[in-house]
Amino acid sequence: MKRTLLALLLLIPLAGCSSSATWGWYVVDPSTPSGWTNVKFLISGMGSTIAVSVIAAAISILLGLIVALPGLSDRWGIRAINRVYVEFIRSIPLLPMLFWVFYGLPIIFREMGLDIPIDPFWGAIITLAISDSAFTAEIYRAGIQSIARGQTEAAQTIGLNYYQTMRYVVLPQAIRRILPPLANQFIYIVKMSAFASVIGMQELTRRANELVVTEYRPLEIYTLLIFEYLILVLVISAGVRWLERRMGSDERA
Amino acid sequence: MADAAVEMVGVNKWFGDFHVLRDINLKVASGEKVVICGPSGSGKSTVVRCINRLEQHQKGTIRVGGVELTNDPKSVAAIRSEVGMVFQQFNLFPHLTVMENLTLGPLKARGLSRDEAEARAMRYLERVHIPDQAQKRPGQLSGGQQQRVAIARSLCMEPKVLLFDEPTSALDPEMISEVLDVMVELASEGITMVVVTHEMGFARKVADNMIFMDAGEIVEQGPPDEFFGAPRSKRCQKFLSQILQH
Repeated sequence: MKRTLLALLLLIPLAGCSSSATWGWYVVDPSTPSGWTNVKFLISGMGSTIAVSVIAAAISILLGLIVALPGLSDRWGIRAINRVYVEFIRSIPLLPMLFWVFYGLPIIFREMGLDIPIDPFWGAIITLAISDSAFTAEIYRAGIQSIARGQTEAAQTIGLNYYQTMRYVVLPQAIRRILPPLANQFIYIVKMSAFASVIGMQELTRRANELVVTEYRPLEIYTLLIFEYLILVLVISAGVRWLERRMGSDERA
Repeated sequence: MADAAVEMVGVNKWFGDFHVLRDINLKVASGEKVVICGPSGSGKSTVVRCINRLEQHQKGTIRVGGVELTNDPKSVAAIRSEVGMVFQQFNLFPHLTVMENLTLGPLKARGLSRDEAEARAMRYLERVHIPDQAQKRPGQLSGGQQQRVAIARSLCMEPKVLLFDEPTSALDPEMISEVLDVMVELASEGITMVVVTHEMGFARKVADNMIFMDAGEIVEQGPPDEFFGAPRSKRCQKFLSQILQH
């Protein structure tokens, strides 16, 4: 029963392919001049999707660490800073936060007499970075806490201060455990960057939307869009696995 | 007595409701070797860990080299720079080579140049008889070798006092003697040592003062001859007969 159902599900798109009334691949057929123009238009969003994701991830990785460290303090007053930040940021859905940053933040800046325009590019980066930092902070906290207490104690007994203990002893060991979940977060950022299309950033999803409006071929164009993200994520996964192998061999040696 | 290396007066400590240390009074003269023994849970590790502030005492005073341990980070740093520690679980840094384990403290905390730090590291690796392992990682060494690296690592900070917290308890039997041999050699060189251990053969050989702890207090102390020959308290007699039986 289950298998029949699965087979039927798989057949739906295939059935669609066979009928030219359902699928019109001509719209993105690279062998025709107009199809090729459309494909180039779609793929040209790749650059901004990558740029926004990479910059946002870099900020989030740094910000996450800064937020995570007070969470490891012995004093609850300091730990509270971490908890409030994480719980607050984590509870804001991405889209409202994007609207707030893009439409709301400039008003605050103007009120403060600052002339800082927020374009879609930086609006998307700020939103993604802050939203993601609550999650990276939790990843760091778990990773650092997984390093045995004896390591910190040994570092203290050879005279290292807090910064040196983190920099030379704890973080180099934690980073190996943190890397896989951090990579997950990066993939999450890449996918969430699609939201930036609603504030008008010219990335993959925005390009697809615009093409759909002129070509009226949502099925083919969004299918291609999905594969664009798939390829992007597969490349990232391969890169992370390569990085893990390199760091892993380091520890085994 | 101004030249006491370590002095504990009326030290008390609680873990929650549990009274781990009760009125500990302990004086360790410079160059003296003190061995602390006692059943597990008697607080002997806690005494040692209080001396370099890995644990905080709640009552009483602890002085190391005349400096009192307080919450002032400066006093903690000053005392830690005088006190080395060897742990039961070695606590070597697994991501660094033996050489890097040894030079980290001298480079970062003492501000030595790399050449100076490496020369010093080699000197102490020779002293613990494993100069040929410098480029390996801790994971490639046996337990006994790892513990000797850990001893060399604390010696690289050239401390006045060296604390040992059950240094041979995590070792396979055949590796215990190589670590004890190194400790006996160190003892003959005049460094102040406070050792928590069950190795009574070692204790007899090097201890100037034996301490027996039970239930958070020092029950008995004295020179090894008296201590082993004629223990006064029932608890100490019972403990010694149990561990010396086999």
